[in-house]
Amino acid sequence: MHLVYPAVLSSLLFCTGLYGVLARRNAILVLMSVELMLNAVNLNLVAFDVWLRDTLHAGQALTLFVIAVAAAEIGIGLAIVLAVYRGRGTSDIDKLRDAAEPRDPHDDPYDPSDTAAVADAADATDEKAEATA
Amino acid sequence: MTTTTLAVLVPLLPFLGAVAGLLLGRTVPGLVRPLAVLPTLAALVLAVVVAVDQGGGNGNGTAALNTHTQLTPTGSVPIELALHIDGFAALVAVLVGVVATCVQIYSTGYLRDDPRYPSYAALVSLFTSAMLLVVYSGDLIVLLVGWEVMGICSYFLVGHYWETPEARAASLKAFVVTKLGDVPFLIGLFALAADAGSFRITTVLGKAASSGGLDHPTLIALLLLAGVAGKSAQFPLHTWLPDAMAGPTPVSALIHAATMVAAGVYFIARLLPVFAASQAALIVLAVMAAVTMAGSALAALAQDDIKRVLAYSTVGQLGYMTGALAVGDRDAAVFHLLTHGGFKALLFLAAGVIIHAAGTNSLSAMSRMKDLRDRVPDAFWTMTVALLALAAIPPFSGFFSKEAVLGAAEHTATGDQHGVPAVTGWIVLVAGLLTALLTAAYATRLWLLAFNGRGGEAPDHGRQPVVMNVVLWVLAIPSLALGLVTGVLPDWFDGRSLTPALTTSVLGTGVALVGGLVTYGAWRHTTAMAAIGAASGATPDATPDAVPDADPGRLLLGPLYRHAAVGFHLDGAYAALFVRPVRAAASLVQFLDRAVVDTYVRAAAETPKALGWAVRRAQTGNVQTYLSALLAGTVVLVVAVVLVATAGA
Amino acid sequence: MSSLVLAADSHGFLSPTGVEVAFLLVGLVTFGAAIVTVTTKQLVHAALWLVVALGGLAVEYLLLTAEFIAWVQVLIYVGSVVVLLLFGLMLTRAPIGRSPDADSGNRWAALTVALASAAALVWVVADAFRTTWIDVDRAQGSTAVTGSILFRHWVLPFEALSVLLLAALVGAIVLSRKNDGAAAADGKGGH
Repeated sequence: MHLVYPAVLSSLLFCTGLYGVLARRNAILVLMSVELMLNAVNLNLVAFDVWLRDTLHAGQALTLFVIAVAAAEIGIGLAIVLAVYRGRGTSDIDKLRDAAEPRDPHDDPYDPSDTAAVADAADATDEKAEATA
Repeated sequence: MTTTTLAVLVPLLPFLGAVAGLLLGRTVPGLVRPLAVLPTLAALVLAVVVAVDQGGGNGNGTAALNTHTQLTPTGSVPIELALHIDGFAALVAVLVGVVATCVQIYSTGYLRDDPRYPSYAALVSLFTSAMLLVVYSGDLIVLLVGWEVMGICSYFLVGHYWETPEARAASLKAFVVTKLGDVPFLIGLFALAADAGSFRITTVLGKAASSGGLDHPTLIALLLLAGVAGKSAQFPLHTWLPDAMAGPTPVSALIHAATMVAAGVYFIARLLPVFAASQAALIVLAVMAAVTMAGSALAALAQDDIKRVLAYSTVGQLGYMTGALAVGDRDAAVFHLLTHGGFKALLFLAAGVIIHAAGTNSLSAMSRMKDLRDRVPDAFWTMTVALLALAAIPPFSGFFSKEAVLGAAEHTATGDQHGVPAVTGWIVLVAGLLTALLTAAYATRLWLLAFNGRGGEAPDHGRQPVVMNVVLWVLAIPSLALGLVTGVLPDWFDGRSLTPALTTSVLGTGVALVGGLVTYGAWRHTTAMAAIGAASGATPDATPDAVPDADPGRLLLGPLYRHAAVGFHLDGAYAALFVRPVRAAASLVQFLDRAVVDTYVRAAAETPKALGWAVRRAQTGNVQTYLSALLAGTVVLVVAVVLVATAGA
Repeated sequence: MSSLVLAADSHGFLSPTGVEVAFLLVGLVTFGAAIVTVTTKQLVHAALWLVVALGGLAVEYLLLTAEFIAWVQVLIYVGSVVVLLLFGLMLTRAPIGRSPDADSGNRWAALTVALASAAALVWVVADAFRTTWIDVDRAQGSTAVTGSILFRHWVLPFEALSVLLLAALVGAIVLSRKNDGAAAADGKGGH
């Protein structure tokens, strides 16, 4: 069998998972996409193991390990998502913005988009109020 | 003690007095007056002793006292602490000592209530010390040190009443204008030292007298002349001197009589062979002297402030001295320096008394005061003597020295003086005679207006301190008697005769008498007119312009009066020529700084700020955005790496 | 068998073997299911399509002769991970049916990055392995072989992994506990 088939398939699956990680809003969907990426790697590992005929079967052993780690990851990940959901009432990733730079309109006396910044700041405070509700 | 030690002590004592006065002035007020007077007095005594030890100059073959010591090697042209005391130095030092002592004693009375008297006295001592250093120094750089110390002292002393804007402006003007001359002066000194290979005056003079001479005599002489014009208030750098009247009167006396302005004349006298090496420099000097003396005499005739009259008269008398130097006769110049030092100090100190008594500087205000002369009899009599000396009426001292100047000019004009162009003689002679006429005129005017006023009773400001009157009489002695030494002085100088020649004496005295009499006539006329004007209703206390003036100057000068009163608009011309362009340049620079340079500075601040703002805007808190950016970057890098790798393969 | 050998010898794209055809078809299904998983607006459907994708991968493992991995894949992923994800969706009250805001505003940037990286990866991989063939005649991952290898050569990492799983278990429990007793009273407990 041509090695290109599993390799290309695994690349495409990986990039699909990548898209999901970057584009999905719900944290659980993001976790699903992460699973997709992990599986793409697994496929690669298996394919290369078969191709190289490794006597130690390192590829397959590592695949098993990755599966185990993925299981652990999904457990912890879900626990975190649930904790966040309980604390904030949402599991949408783009609403979890505590790490954002706080907006202070007085901070930018020469800011050309001063009025826009003020409006944005109002939005941000709304969001925060919503998030802490 | 050797003469050298004594000579070193002469400038050193006032300097130490100044330092002590500055240090102790606040803590021990009782010591201020002794510290002001005693070192200067001691310096005077020592200067007299040095002069006696020296016992004469080139005139009777006494060699000049020359010693030097080198503190440290100073490069290719050595700078040495050197003394060069000939007859000129010894006598000028005595003059400086006399005037400085008189001024210090007078100041104890004049400034007895001044809170800044300690610093004032210390600065006067420092001033004296600097002048004595200039007089005795045998090294041009050491001389320059004294020269510049005088400049800064004059700045402080003219600005003594710094609460008034006039004093501040005057002190700045005095400093800046003299510095304007000092820059070319410094360059000239360097050029001179480069040509002569030494800063020692004796070496320089030897080089100038040698067969090779100096390489650039005209250039050096003209550069040095600029500094002299600034220091000695010669046209066109004389404008600071009338304004310097904003300082205390004793300071004016000191500056005008013995220090500062005398330094320039004395400097040329010392280095006369250098100047004489260039005929062009002598002609420039003569023209400068002629313009200075005639112009200042006209301006003096139109001034209302008694101190400004005296200031312009100083400018004029300095013109005589430079004129004498221009015709190559330093004997006459230094002789006039000595006599002028005496009577001008007396004039200023007496004017201080009169101003104190009248409560005003204005001559027209004094002319409306009756019996001012009875109020200040000592000042009246001494001032009369000094004015007669100023007007060169025999037998007062001014007559002899001025005749010596005119005689020297006449000698040169008739071609008797070797190496000096005859034209300088004519210039100086004609200008000198014209100035003699005008000098007598303004001296008479001053005397008439100040002491023969009609009108209200002079206000009573109490009696003057005794010390002030005593000093006046002490200073009257040289004005009266200095003419007697014309026979002895040539021994101290270069040996030329200083006795008056018949032609110039008759001419000079004649024009002086004519000037005085014409002024008297004009005064009689104007006072009569003023009396009629007063009788026809105008009160004498009204504004000065409203009543007909008793001022004869206005009648004598006619249309010139207006221009002469403001010093022939020289200040205005300077303002238009220099001040305004400089101000415009300054505002241009300010504009460039504010609008152009600051823009860069502000942009340097704003750009990082805007960048920081943009970066902060990127911190949305959205993890997915961060990750997208991270991965996009990774992809770009990977693609780049792959491209490079495949291209290399 | 001989045809396979011949095919392997000729190594032509235009003469695919049966295994290759099967791999390609299953791969297309898997890829399509993955695409639907990351794009569907119905959250529960996403989990179900994930099952299809993971199952398809299990088939691919079988085609690559790694049977043990394939069954582990079915057991762990399809059996437990997806069930866990469904639990998670329900516990976070994910909406049943279409939710218009399933994708964040970052979507176009994500698409760009994903397409770019896909292009880069596919290009590199295809360029690197276009002349490489796998010999799938001899089974590589039978359960016996895998077991013996795992417990002969990989036993230490295997045990370490069990510790990792234990730690993950403890961590999940700790994270899921309610912090205060009052909240614990009406809590639903861990999953």
